[in-house]
Amino acid sequence: MKRSLAQRSVIAPHVVWSVLFIIAPLLFMLFYAFTGPDGSFTFENVSRLFTGNYVLIFVNSLCLALIATVICLIIAYPLAYVFTKLTPKWQKICMLLLMIPLWMNFLITTYSWMTILEDTGIINTILGKIGLSVHMINTPGAVVVGMVFCYLPYMVLPIYSVMSGIDHKLIEASQDLGASSRQVLTKVVLPLSVPGVISGITMVFVPQVSTFYISQKLGGGTFQLIGDTIESYFTGVSVNYHFGAALSLILMVLIIISMGVMNHFADPEDVTGRPML
Amino acid sequence: MKTASRIFLVLVFIFLYAPLAVMILISFNGGDSTTVMDGVSLHWYQEMLRDGATLQALKNTVLLSVSSAVVSTLLGTLAALGIHRMRAKHLRSAVMTVTNIPMMNPDIVTGISMMLLFVFTGTLLHLDTYLSFWTLLIAHITFCLPYVILSILPKLKQMDRNLPEAAMDLGCTPMQSFLKVELPFIMPGIVTGLIMAFTLSFDDFIISNFTSGSGFETLTIHIFAMTKKSVKPDIYALSTLIFFVVLVLLLVYNFASGSDERSKQREKAARKRFTLRLREERGEL
Amino acid sequence: MENRKLIELKGICKSYDGEQVLKNIDLTVYDNEFMTLLGPSGCGKTTTLRMIGGFEAPDSGEVWFDGKMINEVPAYKRQVNTVFQRYALFPHLNVYENVAFGLRINKTPEEEVSRRVKEMLQLVNLAGFEKRHVTTLSGGQQQRVAIARALIMKPRVLLLDEPLGALDLKLRKDMQNELKNIQKRTGITFIYVTHDQEEALSMSDTVVVMNAGQILQVGRPIDIYNEPANAFVADFIGESNIVDGIMKEDYVVNLAGRDFPCVDKGFEKGQPVDVVIRPEDIDIVPAEKGMLTGKVTQVTFMGVHYEVIVDINDFLWMIQTTDFVSEGSEIGIYIEPDAFHVMPKSEWSEIFGDYSSYSMEHDLLSENTGEEEEE
Repeated sequence: MKRSLAQRSVIAPHVVWSVLFIIAPLLFMLFYAFTGPDGSFTFENVSRLFTGNYVLIFVNSLCLALIATVICLIIAYPLAYVFTKLTPKWQKICMLLLMIPLWMNFLITTYSWMTILEDTGIINTILGKIGLSVHMINTPGAVVVGMVFCYLPYMVLPIYSVMSGIDHKLIEASQDLGASSRQVLTKVVLPLSVPGVISGITMVFVPQVSTFYISQKLGGGTFQLIGDTIESYFTGVSVNYHFGAALSLILMVLIIISMGVMNHFADPEDVTGRPML
Repeated sequence: MKTASRIFLVLVFIFLYAPLAVMILISFNGGDSTTVMDGVSLHWYQEMLRDGATLQALKNTVLLSVSSAVVSTLLGTLAALGIHRMRAKHLRSAVMTVTNIPMMNPDIVTGISMMLLFVFTGTLLHLDTYLSFWTLLIAHITFCLPYVILSILPKLKQMDRNLPEAAMDLGCTPMQSFLKVELPFIMPGIVTGLIMAFTLSFDDFIISNFTSGSGFETLTIHIFAMTKKSVKPDIYALSTLIFFVVLVLLLVYNFASGSDERSKQREKAARKRFTLRLREERGEL
Repeated sequence: MENRKLIELKGICKSYDGEQVLKNIDLTVYDNEFMTLLGPSGCGKTTTLRMIGGFEAPDSGEVWFDGKMINEVPAYKRQVNTVFQRYALFPHLNVYENVAFGLRINKTPEEEVSRRVKEMLQLVNLAGFEKRHVTTLSGGQQQRVAIARALIMKPRVLLLDEPLGALDLKLRKDMQNELKNIQKRTGITFIYVTHDQEEALSMSDTVVVMNAGQILQVGRPIDIYNEPANAFVADFIGESNIVDGIMKEDYVVNLAGRDFPCVDKGFEKGQPVDVVIRPEDIDIVPAEKGMLTGKVTQVTFMGVHYEVIVDINDFLWMIQTTDFVSEGSEIGIYIEPDAFHVMPKSEWSEIFGDYSSYSMEHDLLSENTGEEEEE
């Protein structure tokens, strides 16, 4: 069938929009990262990243995100497994219960965590009744709690959807071949749910690396993460778009690399066929 | 084993609902504190409703999310049709890769890159205020687009290729065939995309933080500003209110309406928002 | 049947991605006939049909309809309608609206629409199903809706693309009869695509056998069966023993080491040929009375008859007989002169032979038959 010009050109607005508002902004980020305030080309912004404690900030962010991601996985995987064992009705209810907290803005829930974790907060008030007190707020631990809370459902969902999609006949087949319930889990369910785990990690790790509000509120500014640093160069007092752009650029590159590594582990045969980002 | 997994389930849900419980509880606080309950009252709800800035932010947010949802759905529907019809594999995957950038990039990078674009063009045109409702709208449309496109594409893929042909066989012009057959077929995908775009836009803070001007405050930015100052339970009152509206909508969405098949589709649609990032889907599309 | 040319294809060629799927197709369809395009999957039959429907444009060649060249006429302006392979019913409309769709498009008055839809649903035995949603119908019912939806447009030609492919055997038989009846009653020209030779033989006025983008033979079902043009047609239509032979002279063919009287003539003396002997045309006789003798290697009970495989000088023959013979026995065979069908050698000669590779060949032919041809 011949395609009319009209049929072909439906893609045009999208292409124009993508060039103007997806590609151009990234080019501007590149441009700002390699220019000084006077508009001349410079490597200064990028080389400055390796001075001071910027390297430490990056390492901190990556480590914290990694820890939070691992904790998410440790909680989410068995949770998803438990979900699949429930009756369909309860699965539905549990999924809904899992989703509801996501509809609450993370600014608010993070603030609530402050209320809970503060030295005079709810946990310590309760502990105080039995004469105990634990300092939690403004520690890396508190930030991790906040991050895990925000992103846990994003880890559960893909794992659950892959697990519940596993053909029950496969499990029956493996039992038929003599697998114990433990072996069913390790030899069948686990390998088959790897794609869900991979996408869960992808969905959770990226926003955790770049988070900025959670660490400000729950970390109390005692240590800086990359997200906070970037934000401070754009909206804070010490505005420097050029250096901020360089920081963002590095963050993006780091994430692309870690995604590439993830993809590589996920499916070594099929890495090239997939978009990098 | 069964009891162990039940306990585990309950513990996770306690963890997930603790902040919500705190929020709801404190919103009824009679006192000023955000930690200690001092009697029960609706004081903070009255306070919030009297606050002109909050109401204005709410109006702004609704205006913004409705317009960005509508525009991104229109653009995204056309884009999905175009992508679906593209024959050249490389071109197609190139377009998909670019389309997915705002979804795969950290929000903060999307936010600042758009801000830099606006700042640059603003200074070039010698504008006094380069960030406004319009820049915010552009940013929101941009990050909603991939979600809209990815909710329509599977519908198009599902459609029997003979369907539009059957319409033309029966006398439809290509345009009639699109309006009478293809559009009704992909409508569920379009509606899902619209709802998704609306909720994403409504809920967004990070990208808005970088692309909104001082003249136009959304709810999330308003809340952010409030949490920077000394916090009073009025934010909690506001959030509790939003929470219950969302909750009612969700419950209606899930239980009250339609046949079992329909609610299944809807649950899927809601889940889609999250699973859209799945790499498998990207590989497929 | 009046012999008026309705559709003519002249020198049609078509390639997808450099692969030629139609090689210089010439075909004439007469008014009121039931024509079947028959061939294995990928032979180009569906593409030919889509070309008539207007869904594919030929790379070269012309499509003529009722004396006019219609290459440039889009599908929605052609006086042909199609019943698609998987029906392509509009899932958002009920049965009534699906059938009424075409009339609605050309703005037929409402009374006429309801009258004609009613007529049509009666014709396809679906009266009372008007309000049903098409997704709730069975395969056979969906099929009828698809037929009604196309027929209501009163087309000059109805194109049917493997319309019964998705139905089970019993239903398929019923629908074959029904389709044939509808065609007789309405007098509409049917062009029917199938890979099922039985379906083609039992329903059609004319069968067109295609393979690899070429038309191999056009003719009445009985002629196609009795006088196949080459080894491919002989093998594809029914069962056949295809034996290498040499034409000694008119009415004498040499095969399996001896001369046989036959009814064919017009070949050169000593010309190598393919000889087709249908399994049901071979009589089993005691070994000493046989024209040829061999050993029975396999006997399969098929219901009406037995299928007997006989090894004659290392060539496996198939015989269909109602008489039982036991495996391992020595038998003779007797063939009437008119049971030999002599064909000139063709490009297909080497592919088909005896029944030693029966099952493999069968797999080859039946592979992917349910699928579409392009892409």
